[in-house]
Amino acid sequence: MATRPLGPHVLELDLAAEVERICAWMVDAVANTLHRRGVIIAMSGGVDSSVCAALAVRALGTKKVFGILLPERDSSHKSADRGALVARHLGVTYELQDIAPTLEALGCYRQRDEAIRRVFPAYGDDWKCKIAIAGGAKGGINFFRLIVQSPDGTMEEARLPIREYLQIVAATNHKQRIRKTVEYYHADRLNYAVIGTPNRLEYDQGFFVKNGDGAADIKPIAHLYKTQVYALARHLGLPDEVCNAVPTTDTYSLAQGQDEFYFSLPYDRMDLALWAHNHGLSAAEVAAGLGIPEEQARFVLGDIDAKRRTTHYLHARPLLVEPVTEIAG
Amino acid sequence: MQDYKAPLRQFIEENFMMGSGGKTFTDSDSFMAKHIIDSTGFLELVLFLEETWGVTVEDDEMVPENLDSLDHLQGYLTRKRAA
Repeated sequence: MATRPLGPHVLELDLAAEVERICAWMVDAVANTLHRRGVIIAMSGGVDSSVCAALAVRALGTKKVFGILLPERDSSHKSADRGALVARHLGVTYELQDIAPTLEALGCYRQRDEAIRRVFPAYGDDWKCKIAIAGGAKGGINFFRLIVQSPDGTMEEARLPIREYLQIVAATNHKQRIRKTVEYYHADRLNYAVIGTPNRLEYDQGFFVKNGDGAADIKPIAHLYKTQVYALARHLGLPDEVCNAVPTTDTYSLAQGQDEFYFSLPYDRMDLALWAHNHGLSAAEVAAGLGIPEEQARFVLGDIDAKRRTTHYLHARPLLVEPVTEIAG
Repeated sequence: MQDYKAPLRQFIEENFMMGSGGKTFTDSDSFMAKHIIDSTGFLELVLFLEETWGVTVEDDEMVPENLDSLDHLQGYLTRKRAA
């Protein structure tokens, strides 16, 4: 039981000490555990990858960090612009590769749109779409709604049946997996390690694609709440555009916040709910801290557990019939 | 009263447990609490209900009180099909 009421203070960090701790760990991990010569970082322009890049530069120096910008048809041009801005700000070498042709060849967009048309037959190439989560934050079972926008701006939405939901997610997961393929091309070419950039909220709640953005050699901020990552961004002197960036999925053509797609609450409140859950606070204490009804707090805490159960598979390493002890660890 | 539990139990055992025999569940056991069905699994279960009995599960009916045990499913389907 916490002795102080729940509030933003619980996430305060000694930022300078945390930077030193992560940097020392990164040097040891890359050099002594992984035996690589530097790191690859895909720079989305978001706060997580920008902080990871800044930490890598602080730990290893600019010459041992290689940045990659990987836009595609549905990602915002602001993302690539901001990624380039951060790369220049940090002084790292970077390369831009548009992955849309690869995704097109794989059928990513076609497979996704086929599934969408089974729900909205009029959906065309010039329409936009996104997926929104529903249910869990209100005590129900999580399900997903498909939202489409026609060229004249008309919005329609419907609940996604399971087959269509799975196909849309499977198709869009190509994006994260192709990005990771490109990252590992450069990692192999340079004998570098790949940085994964999940924050604690994403890592804990399984907000990543297995063998996509979930794949990496090191994950330097997986222990930090998103609020703490923003604090580190400011501490590390990253551009205002990064420090003030609103978290998005940058995966669907309609603008989509992470909380709309996946989480029950905006990230700063979700951080507090997760911290409270991890520290054994009651629904009443969470409700008081977040200023929400106790019933909603109970639903949010329950949804954290539900997502942990559902995404357990994403964290799981390949299962073996028996341990091969000679290479364990 | 029509019995929905037997076909539902068969579907759950075949689809989610694959006859592994590792778990058993009573009519009142929560599928979530027993780690038998996760969120995605409930969407599969909903599709099974809709295709098998021709019901339409509305958004506000996607709650544990309707779907999260054989007893709840029996009650839900009985009410739904009588309406």
